[in-house]
Amino acid sequence: MQKMLCILTCVLAGGWSAAAADTPKVDRCRECHAILDGPNGEAAKQFTDDVHAKNGLTCADCHGGDSSAEDVDKSMDRKKGFRGIPQRAQIPELCARCHSDGAYMRAYNPSLRTDQLAQYWTSVHGKRLRASDLRVAVCTDCHSAHGIRPASSSLSTVNPLHVPVTCGRCHADAAYMKPYQIPTDQLENYRASVHYQTLQGGDLSAPTCATCHGNHGAAPPGMGSVERVCGTCHVFQERLFDQGPHKNPWQKAGIPGCITCHSNHAVLHTSDAFLGTGSDSLCLRCHSADDAGGKVAGRAYAALSNLDSHIRQSAAILDRAERAGMDVADARVVLYSGREKLIKARVDVHALDPASIEESTAAGMKLAASAFQAGQQALAERAFRRKGLALSLIVIGFVILSLWLFIRELEGKWSRQPTP
Amino acid sequence: MSPREIAVVRIRGWFRERFGEGGLDWLLHKQVPRHRHTIWYYLGGMTLFLFMVQVVTGILLLLYYRPSPGEAFESVQFLMTKVQFGWLVRGIHAWSANLLIFTAMLHMFSAFFLKAYRRPRELTWLSGCVLLLLFLGFGFSGYLLPWNTLAFFATKVGTQMIKAVPLIGNWLQTFLRGGEDVTGATLTRFFGFHVAILPALTTMVVATHLFLVQRFGMSVPPSVERKYPNGNVPSYRFVPNFLLRDLMGWYLALGVLAALAALFPWDLGVKADPFAATPAGIRPEWYFLFMFQTLKLIPGRFLFMEGEQFGLFLFGLAGLLWVLVPFLDRNPVGRIGRWIAFVGIGAIVYILGMSLWAWRG
Amino acid sequence: MSAAVTDFEESPKAGRRRLLKTLVGSGVVASFVSICYPILKFLLPPRTGELDSDTVAARADELAPNSAKIFRFGNSPGILIRLADGNYRAFSAVCTHLNCTVQYRKAENDIWCACHNGTYDLMGRNVSGPPPRPLSEYQVHARGQEIVVSRAARG
Repeated sequence: MQKMLCILTCVLAGGWSAAAADTPKVDRCRECHAILDGPNGEAAKQFTDDVHAKNGLTCADCHGGDSSAEDVDKSMDRKKGFRGIPQRAQIPELCARCHSDGAYMRAYNPSLRTDQLAQYWTSVHGKRLRASDLRVAVCTDCHSAHGIRPASSSLSTVNPLHVPVTCGRCHADAAYMKPYQIPTDQLENYRASVHYQTLQGGDLSAPTCATCHGNHGAAPPGMGSVERVCGTCHVFQERLFDQGPHKNPWQKAGIPGCITCHSNHAVLHTSDAFLGTGSDSLCLRCHSADDAGGKVAGRAYAALSNLDSHIRQSAAILDRAERAGMDVADARVVLYSGREKLIKARVDVHALDPASIEESTAAGMKLAASAFQAGQQALAERAFRRKGLALSLIVIGFVILSLWLFIRELEGKWSRQPTP
Repeated sequence: MSPREIAVVRIRGWFRERFGEGGLDWLLHKQVPRHRHTIWYYLGGMTLFLFMVQVVTGILLLLYYRPSPGEAFESVQFLMTKVQFGWLVRGIHAWSANLLIFTAMLHMFSAFFLKAYRRPRELTWLSGCVLLLLFLGFGFSGYLLPWNTLAFFATKVGTQMIKAVPLIGNWLQTFLRGGEDVTGATLTRFFGFHVAILPALTTMVVATHLFLVQRFGMSVPPSVERKYPNGNVPSYRFVPNFLLRDLMGWYLALGVLAALAALFPWDLGVKADPFAATPAGIRPEWYFLFMFQTLKLIPGRFLFMEGEQFGLFLFGLAGLLWVLVPFLDRNPVGRIGRWIAFVGIGAIVYILGMSLWAWRG
Repeated sequence: MSAAVTDFEESPKAGRRRLLKTLVGSGVVASFVSICYPILKFLLPPRTGELDSDTVAARADELAPNSAKIFRFGNSPGILIRLADGNYRAFSAVCTHLNCTVQYRKAENDIWCACHNGTYDLMGRNVSGPPPRPLSEYQVHARGQEIVVSRAARG
């Protein structure tokens, strides 16, 4: 009997603790606040979807107090550590209590970084917060306070798709940003950019604010580091630019690479017209049409636009031939290679060396010419077929006519002259 | 006699000794009735001519075509682009197929309305119906051979319906498809149908059909018979009068085919990908459109039958009645004859209407 | 009357008939020539001889291990890679960024696009650079002495 009781107790105790580990901590705070109206209730309602709640944390884990107590005095007891709404300046360290603790975070998500606070202090936001500027962003401004979702969730405020809007909440607000004397058109410019279009197209690896500026350690890239930032993706362009004639003079003059021509936020679709000496030319901002730089620009533009127009012409003739019923698959394959050469030449432009650009475009021209010739041959073949058709129709028509006349003759349809 | 005339007599005598007396005399003495409906008589010969065009172009295509899914499309592409006049041979074959079926239908309807199926020509009508079925079979099997997307899915949809035949439906489908699905096995099988089985059957039935036509001569429609109660319908000789006119028609058809092949080349499309989704708007060739549209209109279930089964049943019944019309038309000049003519008009209106609807829809 | 019959040969009607017979005859001959000419040209195989059965990507001993070749698949390039262990993989060689033709890099053991530095791993997955999607994979079979590539089955 004793033995039985002993075993029973052990089993029960084991089961109990196991059950206790499985059941989430009771969160009386949320239960009560959820039925309230207004901001008090909002937070609790949002917290249901919060990643912290899903991992078993309660209101008390951030706000302090006792989440298991139903009585307001007990649960919101300052003596039990209740903090109420944390002060803005304290928020980074509040979050970092857990998020900078590697050992603690390992239990929840071992692959999450734990250096966010350290990064934050290096950022403009962090530095200004330390200088008592409470208007800068703290953790909750970007991540939201109660409905925090992991960045991979499409509903998260820090998901790449939403990062521009999240940053823009302050940075695009001219009134809010007035004391800082920095531009507030970044979001608007970014929305015009190719990067934004790519992002909207569903490619989450497209650059957002955080990609170039960093997220926690957000700061504008310094002079000299702009190219390196762009160059993390645009490797060839950076490499070629470094070999080119602009690198050293611009560095000395404090002119940043990449963004001088392509802009920092409003990175638009490039066009061959950015080169050359036309109305859209970027080169002419500094150069004149007949100085050394202008001449290079002219040559580069000529090479690229020449190849582009030849490719278009070849494509057009192949389209014509195809519409006319000819098969031009082989020629299209050739033209495709020609297009590749154009793409390569457009990258080569960044070295600003006309000889290398012309080398690439020359190869492309050969291919475009060969495709054009194939198109011409196809059209010539079509003309030949039509001529052949005309000829055979003439022969057939002749046969039909002569048959008809012969039948008429056979059947004596001609008027008969009585023979004498 | 001139030396040339002596030579002709000698040569004729040589063949006569070996092939027997008479020879082609029957053809030389054949007469064709001449009246205002004579023009319809040309359709039979036209159908035969177009069939011959198919045989010749088909044999030429056989020299380059490869019937396996890995090579069928490529071989047709090769034919169209690299083989000299390959585009022409293929174009004529594709266009002539359509013209052939159109002409065959015209021929059938003209025989129907001119009541050429009356005794003793019932078997001629029967064999003609069989020929039309065989030509439809040629069209259906040939369509798959280029192995492009359109053909592949049209075949898939077309053979899907067969399952609805009661009792033997599944067996029929497996037989046609060479398996559960439309695959390379289907291609091989359809190729076999198209170049061996159907030609063999068609040759036999055409021979029968032609023999019967020669045996009984051309049928004279009732309206003409009334004009000549003593039976002396004016006529002219088959050779050379009718035949030369036939020849004119055939040359005209040749010209039309050449023009179509050169001005409206037959598209090759994209190689079939059995695992791709069925493209939207798949539909069969025009000669199947009216059946296709009818099936679309039939509700899912009708009485105790599934929609498709009912559709097949309807077509089967209609087809059977059509084929048996020589036996149903007891009095071609009387009321039942007129009724049957109305049914014929109704059939044409139905076919045209349904085809147009399917085309537009 | 009989004179008219015997004179038939020389009468204008006979002349006309002979002319028409000649016309018809020559017309028919001409039409036969215009039919036979294309047929005869058709019967002679073209110089490019063998059909572009584009599914044959390479011969069995053509590629050494850890090397690759670009071949034509349909109307666009494909890449056939022979891995270090001797197995074959085939992908579409059309980069998913801007359609340049990719290449195999022996040293890095990856597939690389020279246009904007996009890289794919040996499963065709886009791992770095601008390409937004992986490369489509093709099925590879060995058939006798040939390596044959076809479109991959789904699922």
